[in-house]
Amino acid sequence: MKLESHLRERREAGRSLLVPYVTGGLGAAWLDVVRAVVDAGADAVEIGIPFSDPVMDGRTIQEASQRALDIGATPAKVVAEAAQLEVEVPLVVMTYYNPVLRAGHERFAASLADAGFDGAIVPDLPLDELDGWGGAAEDAGIETVLLAAPSTPPERLRAICDRSRGFVYGVALMGVTGARERLAAEAVEMGRRCKAATDRPVLVGVGISTPEQAVGAAAAADGVIVGSALIARLLRGGGPEDAHAFVAELRAALDA
Amino acid sequence: MTSPSRGAVSLAPPGPEPTGLGRFGEFGGRFVPEPLAPALADLEREFRVAWASPDFRGEFAGLLASYAGRPTPVTECERLSERLGVRVLLKREDLTHTGSHKINNVLGQGLLTRRMGKTRVIAETGAGQHGVATATAAALFGLECLVFMGAVDVERQALNVWRMRLLGAEVVTVESGSATLKDAINEALRDWVATVESTHYCIGSVVGPAPYPWMVREFQRVVGDEARPQCRDLLGADPDFVVACVGGGSNAIGTFTAFLDSPSRLIGVEAGGLGLESGRHGASVARGVPGVLHGARSLFLQDEDGQILEAHSVSAGLDYPGVGPEHAALAATGRAEYPSATDAEALAGFQLLAATEGIVPALEPAHAIGWLEREAGRAVPTGSTVLVTLSGRGDKDAAYVAEQLTGEPIA
Ligand SMILES: Cc1ncc(COP(=O)(O)O)c(C=O)c1O
Repeated sequence: MKLESHLRERREAGRSLLVPYVTGGLGAAWLDVVRAVVDAGADAVEIGIPFSDPVMDGRTIQEASQRALDIGATPAKVVAEAAQLEVEVPLVVMTYYNPVLRAGHERFAASLADAGFDGAIVPDLPLDELDGWGGAAEDAGIETVLLAAPSTPPERLRAICDRSRGFVYGVALMGVTGARERLAAEAVEMGRRCKAATDRPVLVGVGISTPEQAVGAAAAADGVIVGSALIARLLRGGGPEDAHAFVAELRAALDA
Repeated sequence: MTSPSRGAVSLAPPGPEPTGLGRFGEFGGRFVPEPLAPALADLEREFRVAWASPDFRGEFAGLLASYAGRPTPVTECERLSERLGVRVLLKREDLTHTGSHKINNVLGQGLLTRRMGKTRVIAETGAGQHGVATATAAALFGLECLVFMGAVDVERQALNVWRMRLLGAEVVTVESGSATLKDAINEALRDWVATVESTHYCIGSVVGPAPYPWMVREFQRVVGDEARPQCRDLLGADPDFVVACVGGGSNAIGTFTAFLDSPSRLIGVEAGGLGLESGRHGASVARGVPGVLHGARSLFLQDEDGQILEAHSVSAGLDYPGVGPEHAALAATGRAEYPSATDAEALAGFQLLAATEGIVPALEPAHAIGWLEREAGRAVPTGSTVLVTLSGRGDKDAAYVAEQLTGEPIA
């Protein structure tokens, strides 16, 4: 329960939560990028294990995943490298179900726990299909975060909030990851609906790319997840300093 | 010579539903991001009700007859039979409107789209046949239509790209990944996550999350449901072998379903590409391992880390690194067998059928012909009776095959 208890603690301290996403294996400095975003005020970090067919991801994260794969990233390498991190906040792996299944539920869960991960997000493993992985993760002490979406009906939303561990990931819009011009109209409503259904921390993500959008989305939730906007900076050649500067900006806006 | 049974289409009663959440044995399921999960549950509910409704079934059967040109005949191939020493019958899906079995499925899904009150359809396509069929149904039902197609396929199936545009569809070229069918499905799923409220995703094969493998199979069963009595008329018995090519597996499952309780051996021919040892093929049953892609647990070509591999086939419609979950289950129980035919064998089959019967097959079913040519007198003993589903006609492939065979473009 390290992920959830950590987020609860910070929430109780009155803080708006910020969880950046970093693609594992994206360049030699990726571990330093993770350290930099933690230093800049991240409350947890989502670490992506790149997959060949990321259907929940838009162009930016697709490109990051492909680049990481092209330079040799594998699930085992990303997990092993992440083990060197020793950061003060929980780490949450984000990957698709096939690599998990290929490794084997128990083996994958154990490797995450050994490397110091606290949680996992597997976007193509919805509530209805959670059984095999869910049990193995729980046994290994890995908290599996479930997604709720604007299309999720009320009863199902309650079941998702109940079964989710760590936090509830409210998808801010109907769509895949990627920066958007404006904060989606559904973002605030999503946060509000999740908050009404659970006492667990609720983070809203997808399409949140600027400090203003982060503040807007966090209004009805406990915090936000920011992925593509950060990754776009790295793809453009940015390094740990750029990542630090961007996350610090988000942090400052959320704290203001 | 064709079979005598022509006339109206009468549908067989609905077939058995998969168990649990879309399971065929250990395969199938609904592995999708949460935004899509409620829509798939709705779709399953709608389909179940529609498929039990005499009105819906009547309308579907009516369109299959008056629009698609069903029933299609079974043709006895005298010269080919003589050549191979086995008695070959062809189920002629090439004679349907739009030129392949894909029309059966899109008429069903088109009717369902209208019934659900949706106004837009999206589809993926490999060979372009499903894209053309979807664009056709969209024109027929007055729906907006967007078709995703890998850049590699846009090139090798240029005629079909033009046909889709003529039919009023927008064709989106997909450059990501291997730029073939798998990536077109990824892109269609990404579109659907954002548009699911107004849009139906018209999947072209027995792949994808539940209810697609079940629903598409039900819409395609008419192939085998017609063929079995047609074979009886001609042979006085079920054929010894029932053969179809397998991309995602819709023409094969559509054929096999009626024969599951027969003594016929069921053969799904996969794309052997440059040979299974080359690693460049589309033989997902023979060489795939259990995994999850595009919403279903099935057999996929993948590396030891679970990254999906690129398939290879001379035919765009078989260039897919997976197979429908029901085929994975049929392979597991041994009820169906899944050998492969190489690119070269398919090209040979393409020419053989043209020269002996005056029928130019699509490159996909040319794999079934190529397999039969190779195995006649071997795995298929001399004197056997064989039904082959000719899933489509070869017009779309003529220019491409000419280039493959002569080394230069014909125009
Ligand atoms: C003529 C034809 N046959 C077969 C296929 C393969 O699909 P399936 O295995 O679903 O029948 C295609 C796909 O494009 C096709 O166009």
